[in-house]
Amino acid sequence: MAITPQQVVFILISVLTLGCGLMVVLSRNLFHSALWLVGSFFGVAALYGLLEAEFLAVAQILIYIGAIATLIVFATMLTRGMMLGRMKMSNFQSGVSAVVAVLLLGLLVMVLLQVNWPTEAVPVPGDTIAMIGNAFVSAYVIPFEVVSLLLLVALVGAIMIARER
Amino acid sequence: MQQLLELIKDPSQIGPWFHDLLMSLGLSVELASVVGDVLGVLLLLIMVLTSAIFLIWLERKVAARLQDRVGPNRAGPYGLLQTMADIVKLLTKEDITPVGADRVSFNLAPALSVMQIIMVAAIIPIGAGVVAVNLNVGLLYFVAFSGLAAMGALMAGWSSNNKYALLGGFRVVAQLLSYEVPLIFTLLAVVLLAGTMNTNDLAAAQGVRYFGFIPGWYALLMPFAFVIFFVAALAEGERAPFDLLEAESEIVAGFNIEYSGMKFAWFFLQFFVNSLILSALAATIFLGGWQGPFVDQVPVLGIVYFGIKTTLVLFALMWVRATYPRLRIDQMMTFCWKVLVPASLVVVLLAAVIWKLPVSANIRALLLSGSNIVALVVTLGIIGSRLRKRVDRRQDALNAASAASA
Repeated sequence: MAITPQQVVFILISVLTLGCGLMVVLSRNLFHSALWLVGSFFGVAALYGLLEAEFLAVAQILIYIGAIATLIVFATMLTRGMMLGRMKMSNFQSGVSAVVAVLLLGLLVMVLLQVNWPTEAVPVPGDTIAMIGNAFVSAYVIPFEVVSLLLLVALVGAIMIARER
Repeated sequence: MQQLLELIKDPSQIGPWFHDLLMSLGLSVELASVVGDVLGVLLLLIMVLTSAIFLIWLERKVAARLQDRVGPNRAGPYGLLQTMADIVKLLTKEDITPVGADRVSFNLAPALSVMQIIMVAAIIPIGAGVVAVNLNVGLLYFVAFSGLAAMGALMAGWSSNNKYALLGGFRVVAQLLSYEVPLIFTLLAVVLLAGTMNTNDLAAAQGVRYFGFIPGWYALLMPFAFVIFFVAALAEGERAPFDLLEAESEIVAGFNIEYSGMKFAWFFLQFFVNSLILSALAATIFLGGWQGPFVDQVPVLGIVYFGIKTTLVLFALMWVRATYPRLRIDQMMTFCWKVLVPASLVVVLLAAVIWKLPVSANIRALLLSGSNIVALVVTLGIIGSRLRKRVDRRQDALNAASAASA
């Protein structure tokens, strides 16, 4: 079976994503971990791009890299002790987390085996973004509104905490 | 020969033509598209990077003329080779890494900020259909990648192991994140009218004529939105009066203080290319992009129109930079959150309501344009009266003090 250029790109992106993900936990400097996390997010965005899910790819960059990663980096910078010293890479919870990790792996393997994966490429509908927009204001209007309300509450709460008294 | 003429007349066909050429040379479909894409990326890269060389010369020359100076005039005709000389100088300078700096992110930060701006360049349609990536989510893509600029500055500031650099990095994040809000709201208003986020379709949607002769540019339909976009773009481009991020005369430069030589130059490259990209986007989104007379018959004219519009916006950016003093950080934040954000919300509201009114398209356009101008005048009036009151208060305090001492 000949390898198509698309598969080459997929393998490169996967290596990037998984490698960066591994470095997040292996890096001893918390700031470096955050940067590796950005790299991993980029890889996932590229995978979405490869699947022609443009909206998801861009949203991934906008939300995970533009907002969440910046927030993590900010928080890391403001916690002085974590920035300067080299961190220990394990703590007293390592036993519990090993159990959880194995359970999660089992769950994922179960899902992998049970789902009937399509082997043929299905054509992507053209204007996905308009379809997403329509879905937001028709079928999923209540979750959509609840989420916006939640964000508003978070916004007001943040201002209430931060304001001068 | 005939085919070549056709290609020059309609540049959007060059891509498919090149693809067919590669296929006829015996490449498979996939390999041909990979080769085409890689060449396209290289072309875009070269275009963006070389444009910076010219932009720096232009910026210095325009600023000099506006301030009644001559500007660079020694190297080459009109000083055109000045930037080349500067590049040679920067390349030969010592590359210093401060003691205790975080090497990896110190070296990555300039690359990240240049990468970010080149990525944005991919969605700009320079002619009808002549766009590197015809993305359905074009505007969202622009917003996503312009958010990465803050990340680059933060990395540079932190890794320099210098508290002034770190403070400068925080300033950049504060300014970029704040001004992104009004910028996105104005983009939202435009998307509401056009019903698309694709930059090429946005330019195409502005081809309608109201009353038979008025072009449907969004800058004419929503002048207030254009003004807000322009001001927010000044801040996003870190230009005067919002260049307090690198105020050399007041604070020690900013996040890039520890950088030297070519790495320092990369941040400046990002700065100049950012201005170009923002003007190109303003031209595409608000001034009709490649729209113009006879563009339907001869599509190559679109590139000329687009170039003229972009240059005009860029000139306006330079004009503001050469004219106005810079703001303080508190003024910058107050202006964003108390003026621009509410104003941009008004713009979105106007667009959403008026565009759904059951009247003819001409009347709708007239209403939208009129309400925008009214909103702009009211906003300027409110700012003016507030400022006047503050000046009066200060004058009163001064009078009272001098009366007391006398």
